Amino acid sequence: MMRFLLLFSRQGRLRLQKWFTPMMDREKKKIIRDMTTMVLSRQPRTCNFMQWKDLKIIYKRYASLYFCLAIESQENELLALEVIHRYVELLDKYFGNVCELDIIFNFEKAYFILDEFLMGGEIQETSKQIVNRSIDASDMLQETLEEYMSKPAF
Amino acid sequence: NEITLAFRRQRKRAANRDKVNLARCRRTAAANMPAVSKGDGMRGLAVFISDIRNCKSKEAEIKRINKELANIRSKFKGDKALDGYSKKKYVCKLLFIFLLGHDIDFGHMEAVNLLSSNKYTEKQIGYLFISVLVNSNSELIRLINNAIKNDLSSRNPTFMCLALHCIANVGSREMAEAFASEIPRILVAGDTMDSVKQSAALCLLRLYKTSPDLVLMGEWTSRVVHLLNDQHMGVVTAAISLITCLSQKNPDEFKTCVSLAVSRLSRIVSSASTDLQDYTYYFVPAPWLSCKLLRLLQCYPPPEDGAVKGRLVECLETILNKAQEPPKSKKVQHSNAKNAILFEAISLIIHYDSEPNLLVRACNQLGQFLQHRETNLRYLALESMCTLASSEFSHEAVKTHIETVINALKTERDVSVRQRAADLLYAMCDRSNAKQIVAEMLSYLETADYSIREEMVLKVAILAEKYAVDYSWYVDTILNLIRIAGDYVSEEVWYRVIQIVINRDDVQGYAAKTVFEALQAPACHENMVKVGGYILGEFGNLIAGDPRSSPLVQFNLLHSKFHLCSVPTRALLLSAYIKFINLFPETKTTIQEVLRCDSQIRNSDVELQQRAVEYLKLSSIASTDVLATVLEEMPPFPERESSILAKLKKKKGPGAVSVTELEDNKREGGELNGGADRGPDSASTPSPSGDLLGIRAAAPIGAAPASAGSLLVDVFSEAGIAVSSAAVNDEGFLRFVCKNNGVLFENQLLQIGIKSEYRQNLGRMYLFYGNKTSVQFASFTTTVSCPGELQTHILPKGFPHFKGYCGAQIQQVLNIECLTDFIDAPLLNIKFRYGGGLQNLTLKLPVTINKFFQPTEMASQDFFQRWKQLSQPQQEAQKIFKANHSMDTEVLKAKLLGLGTALLDNVDPNPENYVCAGVIQTKSQQIGCLLRLEPNAQAQMYRLTLRCSKDLVSQRLCDLLAEQF
Repeated sequence: MMRFLLLFSRQGRLRLQKWFTPMMDREKKKIIRDMTTMVLSRQPRTCNFMQWKDLKIIYKRYASLYFCLAIESQENELLALEVIHRYVELLDKYFGNVCELDIIFNFEKAYFILDEFLMGGEIQETSKQIVNRSIDASDMLQETLEEYMSKPAF
Repeated sequence: NEITLAFRRQRKRAANRDKVNLARCRRTAAANMPAVSKGDGMRGLAVFISDIRNCKSKEAEIKRINKELANIRSKFKGDKALDGYSKKKYVCKLLFIFLLGHDIDFGHMEAVNLLSSNKYTEKQIGYLFISVLVNSNSELIRLINNAIKNDLSSRNPTFMCLALHCIANVGSREMAEAFASEIPRILVAGDTMDSVKQSAALCLLRLYKTSPDLVLMGEWTSRVVHLLNDQHMGVVTAAISLITCLSQKNPDEFKTCVSLAVSRLSRIVSSASTDLQDYTYYFVPAPWLSCKLLRLLQCYPPPEDGAVKGRLVECLETILNKAQEPPKSKKVQHSNAKNAILFEAISLIIHYDSEPNLLVRACNQLGQFLQHRETNLRYLALESMCTLASSEFSHEAVKTHIETVINALKTERDVSVRQRAADLLYAMCDRSNAKQIVAEMLSYLETADYSIREEMVLKVAILAEKYAVDYSWYVDTILNLIRIAGDYVSEEVWYRVIQIVINRDDVQGYAAKTVFEALQAPACHENMVKVGGYILGEFGNLIAGDPRSSPLVQFNLLHSKFHLCSVPTRALLLSAYIKFINLFPETKTTIQEVLRCDSQIRNSDVELQQRAVEYLKLSSIASTDVLATVLEEMPPFPERESSILAKLKKKKGPGAVSVTELEDNKREGGELNGGADRGPDSASTPSPSGDLLGIRAAAPIGAAPASAGSLLVDVFSEAGIAVSSAAVNDEGFLRFVCKNNGVLFENQLLQIGIKSEYRQNLGRMYLFYGNKTSVQFASFTTTVSCPGELQTHILPKGFPHFKGYCGAQIQQVLNIECLTDFIDAPLLNIKFRYGGGLQNLTLKLPVTINKFFQPTEMASQDFFQRWKQLSQPQQEAQKIFKANHSMDTEVLKAKLLGLGTALLDNVDPNPENYVCAGVIQTKSQQIGCLLRLEPNAQAQMYRLTLRCSKDLVSQRLCDLLAEQF
C-alpha cells in the first residue's frame, strides 16, 4: 500500500499532504523535512526511486512542483510513478491546464480529487473518465442543491 | 518535455499576479484567485490565502494568521447563528492554517456540525476537516460516528462514499468497533452502487489492517472473492487489494481466488489495447489490475490444477513476449505501465522458482534492461536480479552479467543505482567469482559515497570471510579494507579478523608479517594500529627472526603510533607491550622505561595509568614462569555466527537478529584484548538470589527481641538451608582463634583472606576474595548464614564481582554483633562458575566467643578471690592435652594475648604458669573469665583450666583453646 503522498515546491514549501496511516504530528513533520531535503538534493536525470528506511520513495517533478509518494517495499515502483502521473492528469482535467497556484487556492478540491482516486493507500478507481465524472457530479450536486436551497419559496 | 506537459508552468501568470498584489488592496487580491474555480468558490478563503502569500516575512504571516484566528473564534462564539456557508468557509480557513503548519485547537465542533448538513459541499468540507485534523482518540469520535452512521444508511451513494472515506482516513479502533460489521454487508449487498462497493472494499481493508480482530470472517467472505469476476473493472481493482490482504492472513479460506485471478489475468493479457476502454492506460490494458492480480498470485504456491497452471504460464509467456514487441507509444507512461507488469510477472516467476525456462527468460530480459537508457529501468533490473541470483535455476544466468554490473558500479551517475549494483554483486557472489567481486568492491570503496560506505565495508568483510579459500587472502582483504575505509570499519569487522587469526594457526605468521608491513605506512588508520597491536602482541614472535622485524623494531613501530591514538587504542597497545615483555625478554628494559615515564605512570586517564602501573609492577616482580602463564597466548574463540553478518542483518531490517545476540557478540569482542574493556559490563554480576543485600541488611543492630537466645536464626534460615548442601570446610577456622588476620582459604582458583577487628560486643570482618585464574568467574555470589546467637549484620561495600584479569581482588565487609554467648560460628557460602562447572564451597567464618573479650588487669589477690567465687562445677572446665606446637614462652604469650584476655604477671606462684583474665562482652550480659595454663615442658603436656561466670562458656573456651597450643 501507499503510506503518504506529499506535494512540495522547489523551495520546499509543502502544498499538499496525505497520510494513509495514522501518525503523530511530530512524526509527520520529521518525514516532511526528510523528504523535502532528500528529494530536493537529488541531481537531475537520476532515477526516480529511493530507499528510505523500509519504504520506497517515488518522486517526480512536474514544473515547479514535486510529487513524492512513499510505498511499501513489495509495491511496484513503476506503477507508483504512474499513480502520480494519473493524479496530475486528473488535476489537469479538472482545473484545465493545472498549475501550482490552482492547488494552493483550491487545496480542498485537490484533496477531493485525490480521495476519488485513492483510498486507504490503495487505488480505488483508475479510470480517468469515472473519477472526473464523479467530481463533476459532486460539483453539480452542490450547485443544484444550493440553487434549490436558495430558491425563494412561493 | 512530455512529462511536464500535463503540468502548466505558472511563472508568467504568477508574475503578473504579484504585480497586482503589490497594490496590497484586498479587492484586487481577491481577483488573484485562479480563473478556474468550479463549483462554489469561497471568496473569503481565496482572499485570505492571497493575503498569506503576500506576507513578506514569517512574522507578518503569523500576525495575519492570528488576526484570522481571532476573527473566526469570535464568529464561532458570537450569538448570531452562523449560516452553513460561513461555517464551511471558516472551517476551511482553519484547515488551511493547519496545513501551513500551525496548531489548531478549536473549530472541531463546528466541523462536526457540518457533517449533518444537507448541503453536499458543507458535508464534504466537514469530512475533510475531520479526516485531516481529528486524531483517532478524540472525544468527538462518538458524535462523528453518529453522523457517519446516518450517512451510511442514507442510501445516497455520494454521502455513503464520503462517510466510508472518513472511516478509512481516521481508521481508529472506535470506528472499527462501530462499523466493522456494517461495512461487509454494504460491500456484498446486491443493490449497492459500484462506487460505494469500491469505497466499502477499501474501507474494510483499512479497518482490517488496524483491528483485524474486529473484522470477522463470515458469509460475506466467499462473496468478496467473487468480486474478482465483477463486470466493473473499478470494483475488481478496489476489491483485489482487500482480497490480497485477507488471503495473506487466511490463505485456505481464500484459495478459490487463485483460479479466478488466473482467468481474469488471462482475459486482460489477451485483450486488445482498446477492449478495456478507459481502463487502458497509454495502450496498456489495465496495468494496475494486472499487477494486483500478479501480486495476489504471489500469496500462493503454483496452482495444482494443470489447466489453471497452463493458462497462467501462458499469461506469463505473453507478458515476456510483449516486452520484446516494439512499443505502441513513445510516451514514458506506456513503457512504465508495460514494464510494471513485466517486473511483477518476473516477481511471480521468482516466487514460484519452479520454471527454469521462465527464470532464464526473465534473467535475459533483465539483462537487457541493465543497459537500457532509462535510469529507472536499470535500477529496477539490478534490484530484481538480486532475487533471481538466489534461485538455483537462474544463479548462473545472473552471473553472466557480472561485467555489466561491475561497470554499473563504476560508471553510474546515480548513487541509488550504484547501491543496487553493489547489492547485486553481493548477491551473485560465490566461490568462483569472490576474488574478482571483492577486488572490485574494494576499488569502488576508494571513491564510494559516504552514505553507503559502512554497508559496503560490511559486505566486503562478509564475502571475504565466507569465500576465503586461503586465509592469507582474507587477511589481505580486511587490512586493505581498513586502509581504504578505516573510518567505516566497525568494531565487529576488526574483532572478527582477530578472532579468525587467533583461531587459525596457519595464518598467524602471515598476519603478523602483513600487519607489520601495513604499519610501515606513514599515516595509518587507528583501526590498523589496533589490529597491528593485537596481532604483534600475540604473534610478533613469528616474524622476530627477520632482523628487519626484530622485537625492538616491532616495538618501536607500534610505539611510534601510540601518541596519535585514542585512549582505548593506547590501552590496547599497553597490553601489547606487556605481552612483548613476555615474548621478547630483551625488550623488557625498553618497555619498562616507556611504562615508567611520567606520561604513562601519571597519565590523567585512570585506565591508562592503572595499566602502566600494573604492567610495570608485574614485569618487575613476577618470575618468568608467572609472566608466561599470565601473558599466555589467547585461547581460541568459540565459533559462532559472524558478528558482522549479524550487524548487516540489523542494518538491513529489524527483527532479523535479536538485540541480545548482538550484544553478546559485542561483549565477546570487548574481551578480545585481554581486558581492554574493564568496564562495568565485562565484570560478572552476582545473581540476585545470592545478593548480599538480600540478607536483610537493613535490620538495625541490636533490634533483638527479648524472647530467646537464638534470636536471629530465622532471619538467616533460608540461607542456612542452602548452605547445608555443601560440606563445611573448617580447616582455616581454628587458626584464627588467637589471631585476626590471615588467609582463611586457598585452592587453585580462589584465595580468601580475612582481616577483622573487635570492640566490645561488635566486630567488623573484611573478606578479600582473590581470583587466581586468568578468566572471569561467572555469577559469583556469597551468602553468610548464622546458625547461632550471633548477629551478622552485613554491610555490602561494593559488589563482590571479579575483574576480568588475573590477580583481581574484591572485598566484602561483614559487621558482627554478639547478642549473647554462642557456640556455632557463622558460615560463608560461595558459589561461582568456572570452566562450565559450578563451584560451591562453605567455610566456617572464624568468629569465636573469645573475640569479644575485654582484657581485665587485676592483682593476685583479686584474681584468687574471683577464682574462688567461680567454684561451681558447671563454671569450671579443665583439659589436659599434649602440646601440638612450640612451647616457647614468647609464642605462648603471643597466643594468649591474641586470645583477647589480659595476661597477668606475678599472680601464679609458679612462674612457669600463665594466668589470664577477661570479660566477654555480649549485648545481653558480661561474662567474666579466668584462665590458667600450666605447661609441662618435660612431658610436652598442658593443663588448661577455665572458670567463667556463665555455664558452658568455660567448656566452649576450653575446647577452642585446647587446639591452640
